[in-house]
Amino acid sequence: MSVSAHPFRRYMRNHVTRTTTCPGCGNGIITQAILRAIDELGLDMDDFIFVSGIGCSAWIPSPLFAADTLHTTHGRPIAFATGIKLCLPEKNILVASGDGDLAAIGGNHLIHAARRNIDMTVVLVNNGIYGMTGGQTAPTTPRGLTTITSPHGTLEHTFDICAMVAAAGASYVTRWTTYHPRQMTRSIKKAIVKKGFALVEAISQCPVQFGRAAKLGKAVDMLKHFKENSIRIDKARNLDEEALKGKIVVGEFVDIEKAELASEWARLKQEVMEV
Amino acid sequence: MKADPKGVLTGSHFLDGDHACAEGALAAGCRFFGGYPITPSTEVAERFSQRCPLVEAIFIQMEDELGSLAAVIGAAWTGRKAMTVTSGPGFSLMMEHIGLAAMLETPLVLANVQRGGPSTGLPTLTGQADMMQARWGSHGDYEIIAVSPNSPQETFDFTIKAFNLSERYRVPVLVMLDECVGHMTEKVVIPPADEIEIEPRRYYKGPKDKYLPFKPDKDLVPPMVDAGSGTRFHVTGLTHDYRGYPVMSADCQEELVRRLVNKIRKNADHIVEYEEEQTDGADVVVISYGITSRVALRAVDLARQEGIKVGILRLIVVWPFPEKRIRELAGKVKAFVMPEINYGQMVLEVDRCACGRAEVALVPHGGGWVHDPEDILHTIRQAAKGKGVGKGVIEYPRKKRG
Repeated sequence: MSVSAHPFRRYMRNHVTRTTTCPGCGNGIITQAILRAIDELGLDMDDFIFVSGIGCSAWIPSPLFAADTLHTTHGRPIAFATGIKLCLPEKNILVASGDGDLAAIGGNHLIHAARRNIDMTVVLVNNGIYGMTGGQTAPTTPRGLTTITSPHGTLEHTFDICAMVAAAGASYVTRWTTYHPRQMTRSIKKAIVKKGFALVEAISQCPVQFGRAAKLGKAVDMLKHFKENSIRIDKARNLDEEALKGKIVVGEFVDIEKAELASEWARLKQEVMEV
Repeated sequence: MKADPKGVLTGSHFLDGDHACAEGALAAGCRFFGGYPITPSTEVAERFSQRCPLVEAIFIQMEDELGSLAAVIGAAWTGRKAMTVTSGPGFSLMMEHIGLAAMLETPLVLANVQRGGPSTGLPTLTGQADMMQARWGSHGDYEIIAVSPNSPQETFDFTIKAFNLSERYRVPVLVMLDECVGHMTEKVVIPPADEIEIEPRRYYKGPKDKYLPFKPDKDLVPPMVDAGSGTRFHVTGLTHDYRGYPVMSADCQEELVRRLVNKIRKNADHIVEYEEEQTDGADVVVISYGITSRVALRAVDLARQEGIKVGILRLIVVWPFPEKRIRELAGKVKAFVMPEINYGQMVLEVDRCACGRAEVALVPHGGGWVHDPEDILHTIRQAAKGKGVGKGVIEYPRKKRG
């Protein structure tokens, strides 16, 4: 019997043979998008340090990727990554974690890393719910949705993470869904290459928790939902709030060049040396 | 190994404890500082912000204390010596990451310039009420090391000691200052770099693909590697095996956590440090630390003038606690007197070690100022009678003042 291996298996640790994700989870698509981006850029895993927090999507790089992988505390991977990037400016730092981790408990680190425009790629997997803990409402949960902790429907408004990170000053901000793996891969490539803070918000399906709560069916049904309800940013710009209700605006929101923190430190050191 | 001269400001200086802490760290080779401003510790950060570019170190003011210690742990894994500093509320916010640093066996230094608490408490005034929090503040079982300086000179010296201990045992080390020590200005002599002993990081030297981040050496401490050096290691706050991979089992928990506590407990004889004076033949031994140890000297002088046989034991390393020595002394003295700027923290350790064989008298102080030596003296006089043996921690009513 011949055994064929996935072309990206070589980016994974040999002895890690299982993932922690549920059947139908979007993590697999996002994992592929990340590894394909690295592969297409011709980069080596030793060029990267992966940092993740707590929650389902924090397990994308950890311990799967054959690289330095740091699995840290809930909400703080960006703060850890900040310390690492400043000390190892030549490395690519990639943070992969969820919406609860990076936008709820760790929201402040997300804001300030974007403000500092420190060079790192943040793949924020947004499944609109707390999956690992059993389907509790998140800041990203659509308003009105019934979840384990919002049995009467959420009363709160839904967080627009890309708008917040753009406002905070990031160099690159983009959103795709797991229905858009090619676009997502292209954006992750741009994010890795971008000298500055780069956010890739990956809207992802959680059929087990979100799918059940929202009665959206199984993974394939959720992907169809993403397909039917996604709208490109250039089209969305001409639509009013009512027309955008329930839509997922995808595309590149920010793509600019501006001073980056680790480089600014290098410049400061150079200036001090010359004095 | 000797200190890197780049960070050593050799000479005689007039510095406060906060500035001395920063200089001690730079002399020890600290090249990353992440912090958040909080009184009365801010001057440490201020000094770092000025000095860092000059010594090729990184300074970053983070958005909060959680981020500060997170950035420090991240930096420490790149091979840099790293520290943060805080006080009161910021110390509380750092607790989760003290646990992670203990779990990932990350060498780093955290200075806490203690102020009065609880909550916002007395931001500008002194306290010593975070001593138990230093030991037990993060959830779960772990051990840390803490040192307590009583002068700017000691703050310089002990910050170096803290870095050395953190590298030696791969553990976060806390420098427990108090506001008085942090803000008092005294002479600080910084020796030449070649007179400062530095503990180098214990690096793994085997083949890159064979590195096991948590496989300990004989002394229970595992060697380290730097992130980005090609060993492709994994670390996690989850209970993990030698490889660093999560293992959710009671067996793995037993092996890992027992080692985390044992690497300090079994090495305690090498870590524990205290200063003792005239404890032979003493009826009363005054135990103290930090600024209180200097106030206690006055009370001890006065008591000796009254003919009371008083010895002194001053804690230098506060955690691990010198339990062996306290147990020995408990069989010889009538009483221990412990002044501290809290309502009884380290005195609980003294009582535990006294085992009911000597009286244990606390001289508490709520914070905001140091003790009146008269209050300590008053307790020494009562304790010399040794009538409180076996009664647990006792307090004598304060002497009425005219």
